Amino acid sequence: MLKNSLNHTFKRAVSSRSIVTPDTISRVTLPRFTPEQDPGPNFLALIDDVGIQKTVESSLIDDLPHGTTCVAIKYDSGVILAGDRRATSGHHISHRTMEKVFPADNHSGIAIAGAAGPALEMVRLFQLQLEHYEKVEGKSLSLDGKANQLSQMIRQNLPQALQGLAVIPLFAGFDLRLTLGRLFQFDVTGGRYEEANFAATGSGSVHATTVIKMGFTEQLDESEAINLAANAIFEAADEDSATGGPDLIRDVYPIIAKITSDGYEAISNADISAVFGSIIDNRRSRISGGD
Amino acid sequence: MPFYVAPEQLMEDRADYARKGIARGRSLIGLTYEEGILIVAENASNTLRKVSEIYDRIAFAGVGKYNEFDQLRIAGVRHADLKGYSFSREDVDARSLANQYAQMLGQIFTHEMKPMEVEILVAEIGLSEDPSSSQLFHILYDGTVKDHSDYAVLGGDAEVIFERFADSYTENLTLASGIQSAINALAGPDRVLEPDDLEVAELSHVNGRRSFRRIEGEELSGLMPS
Repeated sequence: MLKNSLNHTFKRAVSSRSIVTPDTISRVTLPRFTPEQDPGPNFLALIDDVGIQKTVESSLIDDLPHGTTCVAIKYDSGVILAGDRRATSGHHISHRTMEKVFPADNHSGIAIAGAAGPALEMVRLFQLQLEHYEKVEGKSLSLDGKANQLSQMIRQNLPQALQGLAVIPLFAGFDLRLTLGRLFQFDVTGGRYEEANFAATGSGSVHATTVIKMGFTEQLDESEAINLAANAIFEAADEDSATGGPDLIRDVYPIIAKITSDGYEAISNADISAVFGSIIDNRRSRISGGD
Repeated sequence: MPFYVAPEQLMEDRADYARKGIARGRSLIGLTYEEGILIVAENASNTLRKVSEIYDRIAFAGVGKYNEFDQLRIAGVRHADLKGYSFSREDVDARSLANQYAQMLGQIFTHEMKPMEVEILVAEIGLSEDPSSSQLFHILYDGTVKDHSDYAVLGGDAEVIFERFADSYTENLTLASGIQSAINALAGPDRVLEPDDLEVAELSHVNGRRSFRRIEGEELSGLMPS
C-alpha cells in the first residue's frame, strides 16, 4: 500500500512545456523554447521536455547486480575516494571489473553503491547535468549546488528504491570557494549529510568504517590517506561476500582517486597494486591459518 | 503601405537589415593552427561571451546581436548534450549541428518578421589529432553555410580583415603566431588592440576530452604581438 501511494506521488506528470514533441525525433534537432517554457541550464528538465524517458519502471527485481564498498576520506590537501570492483547478483559474482568511482566534473567525484544499472545511469546523468550547467551558464555550480542536485536525483529514484533498486552514492569534491575538500553522504530518500572526516557506503561499509575510524587522524598526508582507504576496502572485502578485494590473478584492484585543488585524478593501477601488495604482506606476516 | 512587394525586394530588404545589424558589432577570426583551432574575437566585454564551448571537440562563436547568437549557442549546447546522451559522445558532430543552425536561420529569415542579425561559426577538431581534420562552418543570417578547412572571418568588416589575414596565414602556425596574425588582421594598420579588447579560445586535443580552453589573463598578455 505504502509502495503504491509513494509510487503514485512521485510519478511525474507528462510534461507539456515543450514546443517540440517526442514523436518528431526532437532529441537530435535544435531544441527551441519560448522564454517562459525554457528549461534553463537544467539538463534533467530538458530531457523531460523533449520526451526522453529517463527512468525505468520496474517491478520484478530480484537478481540484479548489487553490493559494494565505497569510502571517502578527507586528508590534508583534499579528499580520497575509493571503491571495490565487484558486482553481484544474489550469490553470483556478475562482474569483476566494475567501476564505482567516477569523476563528476573537474573538481568533484562520485562513488556509487546499490543496483548497478540505475546507479550507472544516475552517474551519467549527474555528470551531464554538471557539464550542461557549466556550458549553458558559463561557470560551474558551487559544490553545495552539486550535492543538492545529486540529492534531488536520489529522491526522484525513491519509487525504484522501494522496489529494490536503491542507489546510495558518496559525493566528494574540492570546494574552490572555501579551498578545502568536502564530502557528502546520502540516504535513499535523498537526505544529504555532510561528513567532517570520512564516510562509507555499501554492504561492506560497516567494516570499512571501523577500519577508517581506527586509523583516522586529522591532516593525514596523501599516502597515509590512500593506505587507509585501501585497508578499509581490503577488510570490507575480507568480511563481506559482496565486496571484491584485490584480484591478484587478473591484476584488478579497487579504484582509488584523489580530488585536490588541481582537480580529480585517479591513482594509477601500478601504485594501487603496490599499496595492496604491502597490505597483503603485512597480513601474511601476522596471520596464519584460522581467521 | 504598398499593395505588392516583389519577393526579390523583400529578401533584399531583409538581408540589408541583417547586414546592418551585424556591421555594428566587432569581427572575429577562426583559424586552424598546429594543435587545432583558434578563435580570436574582438570583444570589449569580459562577461558577455562571443566564443564558447558546445561539446567535447566543438566550439561556437557569434557576431552581431548578442541575445540572438546566445540563444543559438544555448540551443546548440542542448542539441549536442541530448545527442551525446541518446547516442554516444563521438556521434556529436559539427556538420550536423551546422545544418541544424542553417535550417533554423533560413526558416527565420524567410518566415519571421525580422531576420536574425547574426553570423555564427561552428568549429570542430577531428577525432584524430591530424590538424587537417579540423573544420570550420560559417553560417550567415539567411542560413547560407560555408565550410572552411583553414580560416574564416565573421563580422561587419569581414572582407577587409579577410584580405589582411590571408597575407599572413600559413598552415601549421604556432599558437603565438596564430594569435598575433589574427590580432594584427583584426586591428588593421591604425589601431592597437589590448588583451582587454580580445576574447581568445582554442580547441586542442592537448586539453583532454573537453578540448575547449580560454586563453586569457597573463597567458594572453604574453602572446600579444609586440
